[in-house]
Amino acid sequence: MKIAIPVDDKNPESGVCVSFGRAPYYLFYDTDTKEYHYLDNGAASGQGGAGIKAAQSIADNGAEALLTVRCGENAEQVLSGAGVTIYKTIQATARENIKAFTDKKLFLLNNIHPGFHSHGR
Amino acid sequence: MAGNRSKIAVLSGKGGTGKTLISVNLAAIAGKSVYIDCDVEEPNGHLFFKPEKVYEEIVTVKIPSFDESLCNGCRICVDFCKFNALAFVKNKPFVFKEVCHSCGGCVLLCPKRAISEAEKTIGKIQKGIYRNGDVTVYGGMLNTGEASGIPVIKKLLDKNAADGKLPVFIDCPPGSACIVMESIKDADYCILVTEPTIFGAHNLDMVYNLVKLFKKPHAVIINKYSDDENPAEAFCRENNIAVLGRIPFDTELGTLNSDAKIAVNESERLRKLFAMLYKKVTEEL
Repeated sequence: MKIAIPVDDKNPESGVCVSFGRAPYYLFYDTDTKEYHYLDNGAASGQGGAGIKAAQSIADNGAEALLTVRCGENAEQVLSGAGVTIYKTIQATARENIKAFTDKKLFLLNNIHPGFHSHGR
Repeated sequence: MAGNRSKIAVLSGKGGTGKTLISVNLAAIAGKSVYIDCDVEEPNGHLFFKPEKVYEEIVTVKIPSFDESLCNGCRICVDFCKFNALAFVKNKPFVFKEVCHSCGGCVLLCPKRAISEAEKTIGKIQKGIYRNGDVTVYGGMLNTGEASGIPVIKKLLDKNAADGKLPVFIDCPPGSACIVMESIKDADYCILVTEPTIFGAHNLDMVYNLVKLFKKPHAVIINKYSDDENPAEAFCRENNIAVLGRIPFDTELGTLNSDAKIAVNESERLRKLFAMLYKKVTEEL
């Protein structure tokens, strides 16, 4: 199973980025093959809709689960449309959260926030 | 006043400086005039004019709508959308209406013609008259939850584009962002309202830069003026900005205004003050 995590650096020891849509990179990890790779987030500095675009990339890269600190409602719609399950991270680093995930210690993220959208002004 | 240079925008970087006070009273003293409340997120000019014979029109924007049976999932629209208002997952297009800026690009680009445009109501505009038509009062209202008032402001200003001859007072939203730019875009002259505080001076700096960017003739009115320390006046001096007038920090004016009364109708003293301001404005045009 392929999982995705927004990260601050291209490193398994990187902290999980507090922003989903504006994270600089995403770490993709395959729990079966133990392989991982990184994806630059093209939406990180975009005008708006970063969460939507990021969710699209997560889905396009075949992730079935997302481990994140938080997630906005627009991104959540895309992710759930794509069948990506969203889990809340409980540890600081990507590696620790992957371990928590494989140990089945992570819970579903249930407080989807209404977004921190700039106000279009 | 020359007919071709009569659109006066009243703006300020900070809320509560007196944009509505000044534009309402100038419009009321101008005789025949037009007042346009572009502060569509919190309009209050109508509270002063209490316009009659109000005519209402809804404001809509165009939002893409997919015929999923025609969509082949090429994602040209998704890649094109600079606002990321579109997504495509599991063979299904997603439209995020509140993120969409109604540019229409997706409709034009779709090779399968699977996208059409649907109207979405985002607010309304109103037109009414004050004192048997002395002042034509326009106002707009953005629906709660909508992201941008710009389409409402566009429609307000379009409605008025034909009139041409009467002086027009455009009561702008506070700040210096897109909705303010839209409000001053076609103005012939900008009045920057400020108050004698550090906040006033700081936010004056922002709108001053905006009107310079737009190359609009402009001058400042300092509201709530007192003899105390005055950072806004100092800013005008340092930047050689003309100060058209100083409205005193005045209990009677404050009270009338907070009762939503038009000051020039209630007090001879205040009438003279605004008549003088109006004269100065017309001399500038």
